[in-house]
Amino acid sequence: MADADMRQMVADLPVPEFETAAFTSPPPLDESTVALVTTAGLMRPGEEWHPQEGHTGFNVFGRDERDLVVGHQSMNFDRTGIAADYNVAYPIDRLEELAAEGVIGAVGPRHLSFTGPIMDLSTVVVDSGPAAGALLRGDGVDVVLLTPV
Amino acid sequence: MCTRVVGTLAHVIEAAGLATVALSLVRPQIERSHPPRALHCEFPLGRPLGRPRDPAFQRRVLDAAFALLDRPAGPVLEDFPEAITDEADQPLTCPLPPRYDPAVPAAVDEARALRPAWERAREASGGTQVGRVVDAEGIPDAVAAFARVATGAAWADAGLPGDPAAVAMDIRAYYEEAALALADHVPAARSAESWLYRATETGAVLKAAMTRMALADPPYERIFYLVPMSQQ
Repeated sequence: MADADMRQMVADLPVPEFETAAFTSPPPLDESTVALVTTAGLMRPGEEWHPQEGHTGFNVFGRDERDLVVGHQSMNFDRTGIAADYNVAYPIDRLEELAAEGVIGAVGPRHLSFTGPIMDLSTVVVDSGPAAGALLRGDGVDVVLLTPV
Repeated sequence: MCTRVVGTLAHVIEAAGLATVALSLVRPQIERSHPPRALHCEFPLGRPLGRPRDPAFQRRVLDAAFALLDRPAGPVLEDFPEAITDEADQPLTCPLPPRYDPAVPAAVDEARALRPAWERAREASGGTQVGRVVDAEGIPDAVAAFARVATGAAWADAGLPGDPAAVAMDIRAYYEEAALALADHVPAARSAESWLYRATETGAVLKAAMTRMALADPPYERIFYLVPMSQQ
């Protein structure tokens, strides 16, 4: 099992420490607008690919965008799942279904993708992460689901 | 590394006034990140919702994740009750095309012959992961360039159409998508990867090229992004 070895290898990587942990109580789920933030390094076909190690920014995708490529450079995770069904990492169709059923209030108009291989997370903490939060807050988002790969 | 990024982002986005739920694929990382709400999913890396083309299963994961929003305080860390493991040790059984054009390297012949399968996979999924730097049309030439590296050409002069790691990723995507069509089902996680690197001509070329590029002067700096660690 290749993943077991990978998990063991990355288990002790340092993580930022937060002196205080925010905790926000959202509206009821059926009144909440929900957005996705993934670390799959999603990009649009034809966009210039660049090595993403250390890239701390994020890409923004409209609610209706589906033709997306995983730009994440790591070779060490399964890619056939996403190739067959992007919802396994970016469950945008599932969110639409939940909204149609009234389980969630609405799907956010925009969704974000960071990329996973970031060793130094300082910029994410002080710059791009807050920018992502502000963008989603400006869109009226109440709840964010974060998905790794 | 993605789970530590997700855990970090959860803290930061929560501080902006939004409620977050983080899925986790590496439990020690999410334990130490202690984001406000996290659901650890012992699923294959790359499949945080567990099962592709299984909306019911994905919905159960989402239901479990969103249920954490009802908790009055955090941090909350729960485990999804089912686990799924990768099957890298069981390469997908896939038919491979016979040799057709002896004038080109076997890997190039193979890549050309897999094009119809790749086309079927693209039609079935409505998209493709091929295209960071090379589209499907350019894959055989990209394989030919790696074949030249594998047989001694300098990697910088071999005609690779872009960053070698990105080219290698496009080749991998092309083969794995072809495998989706050849297998006629979604393979278990990483079994198509093992098929590529252990059973195909192109897999052998990529591994041989990686060895050459590691020993080259200058070596290719991002050597570990050419072939998955489990296949080296």
